[in-house]
Amino acid sequence: MNPLAWLLNLSRRKSPWIYCTSAGSCNGCDIEVGPCMSPRYDAEQLGVLRQGSPKHADILLITGPVTRRSRDALLAVYAQMPGPKAVVALGSCPASGNVYARSPAVDGPVSKYIPVDVWVPGCPPRPQQILAGVAQAAQLLARGLTADQKREAAS
Amino acid sequence: MNELARVAFALSIWPGMLGATALGLLYLWVARKLTARLQGRRGPPFYQPLFDLVKLLGKRTVVPRDANRGLFYALPVVAVAATALGLVVVPVPGNPVPSFPGDVVLLLFLLEVPVFCDVLAGYVTQSIYGQVSAMREGVLMLGYNVPFLGAVVAMAQHAGSFSLSELHGAPWGAVCAFAAIAFLLAIPARLKSNPFSIPNAEQEIVAGAHIEYNGAPLALFELSHALEVVLLVNLFMVLFVPSVGDPATDALLYLASSIALVCAVTAIAALTARMTVVRAFRFYWVWGGIAAVASMAAAVVS
Repeated sequence: MNPLAWLLNLSRRKSPWIYCTSAGSCNGCDIEVGPCMSPRYDAEQLGVLRQGSPKHADILLITGPVTRRSRDALLAVYAQMPGPKAVVALGSCPASGNVYARSPAVDGPVSKYIPVDVWVPGCPPRPQQILAGVAQAAQLLARGLTADQKREAAS
Repeated sequence: MNELARVAFALSIWPGMLGATALGLLYLWVARKLTARLQGRRGPPFYQPLFDLVKLLGKRTVVPRDANRGLFYALPVVAVAATALGLVVVPVPGNPVPSFPGDVVLLLFLLEVPVFCDVLAGYVTQSIYGQVSAMREGVLMLGYNVPFLGAVVAMAQHAGSFSLSELHGAPWGAVCAFAAIAFLLAIPARLKSNPFSIPNAEQEIVAGAHIEYNGAPLALFELSHALEVVLLVNLFMVLFVPSVGDPATDALLYLASSIALVCAVTAIAALTARMTVVRAFRFYWVWGGIAAVASMAAAVVS
């Protein structure tokens, strides 16, 4: 394998910067993302940094069932992220709507609009599970297997 | 070795791009690791800044619609180039380029170039957060340059020369202590670390002037920051750490003093909260001004 490509793929695995966005969540999952950076879980050991701008991030964490009001903002955030990028859906809401399912305000599931790479179910998921999801997404990025990378390779 | 080969070596290997990048990434890791340890975390492994840099270089770049594309790409390149040139000017141990009269003035100019690039980067991306950051950086620059320039000019007055090698060889005196204090006061603001992380205030104005930057241009800005750390540490070493004469001891002294300086700045950053821009400005004009005047007075008297 080309050594430069090897180094780049290793870097993608070792330096996943995350950006967390809420698509109408109850804030439970967002609260669980905070402890990932705390002394107990310390995601910086994995190279994870929480970024304030989606343009700096590699992995998009989506929480919430995708409400009608939040859908366009979510799509804008996703479009602003420079590739290669991965998407992690946090909690049960993005997958199924959870307790908000069949509400007239909900326009989910998220996979209708954005290709999701890793699902982390739970209401809310534990920080360990969130970190495992982020690590798995970073692995996918390194191996070129995220939906964004596959679409890029196909086009 | 002829003149051109010497400059090319200095620019590309040591103390230029290659050596300074390695040192700068090491300093960035030391800062992150120490911050993590002070917060009771384990912190990142030592290769983390390198992986961050390579990953950013390998990403696609999104340019904002309203931004000037040429300026968007040029600013980080200019920042890196100016800092690399500045590294060549400073006579650290092993630098093959000789010092020349007036290189202090050139260095002071080159030190300001990345700051101007940051300010322009804030405005060129048309982001409201970037503009707030650029304004703050401009105001802060007028503050921290009071003790910074005061310290350098006092040392030049003390050495009786505007050549960096003369400054390095100047005898020890009371002026060195005052100038060192003034210089150290300016360092946290120059590196945009707490309590003066006002222009790049995370969480507050999202990500500062680099908010719209991504991919390779962002990597170059990160690189220019790493090189800036090395440049300031080198300048501190040349101004205030006397040469012993033995090259091996000099190199060891250089490494030890730079790590100590980085650790001190990091510890201050971890222990303090961010100031408002008004308080920081007042701090630099009052306490920085006093330090600058004291070092100038000591230089004139002695």
